[in-house]
Amino acid sequence: MTSTATASQSVTNTALTKATIRFAGDSGDGIQLTGTQFTQNSALAGHDLSTLPDFPAEIRAPAGTLPGVSAFQIQFSSEEVFTPGDTPDVLVAMNAAALRKNLPELRADGILIVNENGFGKRDIEKAGYETHPFEDGSLDDYILYKIPLTDLTEKALTDSPLGTSEKRRCKNFYALGVLFWLFDRNPKSTEDWIRAKFGRKADIMDANLIALKAGHIYGDVSGIFQNRYMIPKADLPPGLYRNITGNTALALGFVTAAQKAGVTLFQGSYPITPASDILHALSALRNYGVLTFQAEDEIAAMCATIGAAFTGALAITSTSGPGVALKAEAIGLALMTELPAVIVNVQRGGPSTGLPTKTEQSDLLQAMYGRNGDSPLPVLAIRSPGDAFHAAYEASRIAMKYMIPVMLLSDGYVANGAEPWLVPDVDKLEPIEVEFRTDPKGFKPYLRDPATAARPWAIPGTPNLEHRLGGLEKEHLTGNVSYDPTNHDKMTRLRASKVSRIRNDIPPTEVDGAQKGKLLVLTWGSTYGSTWEAVRHARADGHTVGHCHLRWLNPFPADLGDVLNRFETVLIPEINMGQLCKMIRAEYLVDAIGFNLVRGLPFKVSEIRAEIDKYL
Amino acid sequence: MAADPNAGNTAPKLTKKDFSSDQDVRWCPGCGDYAILAAVQRMMPDLGLPKEKIVFVSGIGCSSRFPYYMNTYGFHSIHGRAPAFATGIKLVNPELSVWLVTGDGDALSIGGNHLLHILRRNPNVNILLFNNRIYGLTKGQFSPTSEVGKNTKSSPWGNIDQPIKPTALALGANATFVARTIDRDPKHMAKILMEAYQHKGTSFIEILQNCNIFNDGAFFDVTEKDVKADNQLLLTEGAPLIFGKEKNKGIRMTPAGLPEVVTIGENGISESDIIVHDPTHRNRTYSNMLADFDVPDFPVPVGVLHRVSNPVYEDTMISQVTQAKEEKGTGDLQNLVTGKETWVVE
Repeated sequence: MTSTATASQSVTNTALTKATIRFAGDSGDGIQLTGTQFTQNSALAGHDLSTLPDFPAEIRAPAGTLPGVSAFQIQFSSEEVFTPGDTPDVLVAMNAAALRKNLPELRADGILIVNENGFGKRDIEKAGYETHPFEDGSLDDYILYKIPLTDLTEKALTDSPLGTSEKRRCKNFYALGVLFWLFDRNPKSTEDWIRAKFGRKADIMDANLIALKAGHIYGDVSGIFQNRYMIPKADLPPGLYRNITGNTALALGFVTAAQKAGVTLFQGSYPITPASDILHALSALRNYGVLTFQAEDEIAAMCATIGAAFTGALAITSTSGPGVALKAEAIGLALMTELPAVIVNVQRGGPSTGLPTKTEQSDLLQAMYGRNGDSPLPVLAIRSPGDAFHAAYEASRIAMKYMIPVMLLSDGYVANGAEPWLVPDVDKLEPIEVEFRTDPKGFKPYLRDPATAARPWAIPGTPNLEHRLGGLEKEHLTGNVSYDPTNHDKMTRLRASKVSRIRNDIPPTEVDGAQKGKLLVLTWGSTYGSTWEAVRHARADGHTVGHCHLRWLNPFPADLGDVLNRFETVLIPEINMGQLCKMIRAEYLVDAIGFNLVRGLPFKVSEIRAEIDKYL
Repeated sequence: MAADPNAGNTAPKLTKKDFSSDQDVRWCPGCGDYAILAAVQRMMPDLGLPKEKIVFVSGIGCSSRFPYYMNTYGFHSIHGRAPAFATGIKLVNPELSVWLVTGDGDALSIGGNHLLHILRRNPNVNILLFNNRIYGLTKGQFSPTSEVGKNTKSSPWGNIDQPIKPTALALGANATFVARTIDRDPKHMAKILMEAYQHKGTSFIEILQNCNIFNDGAFFDVTEKDVKADNQLLLTEGAPLIFGKEKNKGIRMTPAGLPEVVTIGENGISESDIIVHDPTHRNRTYSNMLADFDVPDFPVPVGVLHRVSNPVYEDTMISQVTQAKEEKGTGDLQNLVTGKETWVVE
């Protein structure tokens, strides 16, 4: 927090450009809700922001234990930000376990707000502390505020008819009220939300409203805070904004693509972390004519998706890495039958069940090669929550234009992270033109468009175009089953050429910063944000560094080889063991260097910055 | 949903030939599949539907080559997954008449899960399960319907897996139409196919089919002329469960509530003691009893075992869409993308 302070009475108002807050507590404490409400409020206050939820895979791990700790981090700023912040300036810890797990992240001299009532003897034991952190000096480096949040909440709700445990459950809103005061926020957005959410349960609604207000007043009158922090509005491009998560943006992108193309949107999915929210979002949209099918398994989800594509829908499936593994055979069939579909992989830590709620970029090679046979597919990736809308739209457009299944890579960080998003005018989006074949004259199921090599989309119900598709090799043009060796070679090459032709739809590669010279940092997916900030910092320090971010991983942009050759060193930070690096080295014979950390967490800006410095 | 391009079609009635594709049929000579293909092609014109409204979907296996031989829309999918394809097709265009062709390995082994779920969801799809109690396309391994002790290439010491009864499995999955027919009885097959088509919801037909190469005669004790009358129980709605060369054997219930084979005219038993066939009981006790019948203790029932009415999957989906539009209004795209909480940056 870079600050300039002005004193007024007992509380000093401090102006900041940005701040990072981490809320942490038991997974039953409503931490994600608290974080989301603070985020919404920050967005409405005009800040640029980025968030990172960090929750355990277990729905309810034993209360008070380390595995049960849930956290939510937000960076908000008057300047452009692309990451949830490296090190929190403020940590709110609702119990001892939350403190123990998250304290190492807190900046030295950072503000530490703890719920004093979450630090009883049992809480300390369950957190695995050998000495009480309030007494052993381990918190001396921080500005510590011990607030009995549970007691204060209960006291504020003396008149509420709710039971004791229900009253205590409101403590997250009390804490939120304190934070709203500390950052000079109007709590109205959260009050409105509480009214809308609990309108039918008047007692709970009232209790939460009272707790929020009491927390806000506490900040003001308790006298424990000497500082209050003000962050001006961010200077964002003008327009209408909303706050959006990656999963929501994806869902909206697909609905938009289907409507712009004039086709039905069909989603076949099986619930899986961290992709399920896409299914939740789309299944609510029946009044938009969206058809969602919660299948019996990942395989059925993919197969129903292909059936829907055959019948003329924009057909999509959303899953994570283990789901893609199960779908692999069916994805091959979609490729063979040359039907349009989008397969969304919201990547999580792997292999196997891995780290379901943590982020990773380790399914790139699975997307590229995870099928039997020579089976290249288009692969593109999402770089930020708001970008997910445009990526979903682009993936859908390419799928239908080239009659091909498209792999769209997201990850847990982008999917659950949120950022302010400039709402697009849907009328101004690039049109998606879909024409179902109806003319029987000269119709052949595998007769190709000369430019895209797409075969016609001839859907059941169309007279005189009856034909059969299947996974056996197709004869060129007729689509009949063929075991002819020359035909198989030809068809294998034709299928591959469809992917390479997509280059014609990829705009020239942009490099941010230096256009040539010492170092290029090459990224894909969600490492965009931290790399963008790290490169910007390096340039501010006078270094010549370029940053190139890839939306398309297959095919690579036509000019990528030229871009890479303009730099002495190509550095590729990835949350995997070097998958893009391997592809770049193989494709361009460039001696690219990987920077790889697989902790289930996004990169910190400082980590990438330190790595950049090694090559300058 | 695709618009009906052929509404008000008054074209002359199609023939069997119209439903034959230009592809050579490649089953082994003498395979029971030929008889089923012929029966299906013969009954298709009776549906009164234009060809383009019909889709055949299959999985993998000998039977699953079926769509290639039908001059309709067709999808030869992957092993065991045809039910999921059929469901996707039906949801997007409920007007299509969807036929699913599968085998005992495809439907009951690798595709067991999908079969269970299409049956409980009840989309209007007709499932033809060719049961030959063997893996044919992979050249002779035991299947989920092979009998215990059977010697096959993969069970030279005898099959140790207990077989599944397809009709019992279908009833367990809440199927709304369960029937059995035989490759060697094309007339009966045609009748059952038409009843399946007319049923609203998923129709499940087990077709006893002979694989003359790897499992010749698997059902001969049910299908051959000399034993047929004694070992087949032809189900006719409203008629008593009577069978036998002399038409004097029947099924009645013992006081303990179990079925037994009795002879009419012996021990004071008359036709009025015999159970009258009614496949429409919602309670599945009766149909489960029929599904459990097998030689040598009981004759094998042939015909419709179970037929009840339940909501059809795609109809329910359409009504949700209609209801959502009525309640919330047809969704406006810009409103959706904009969302509820916004702010303006000047």
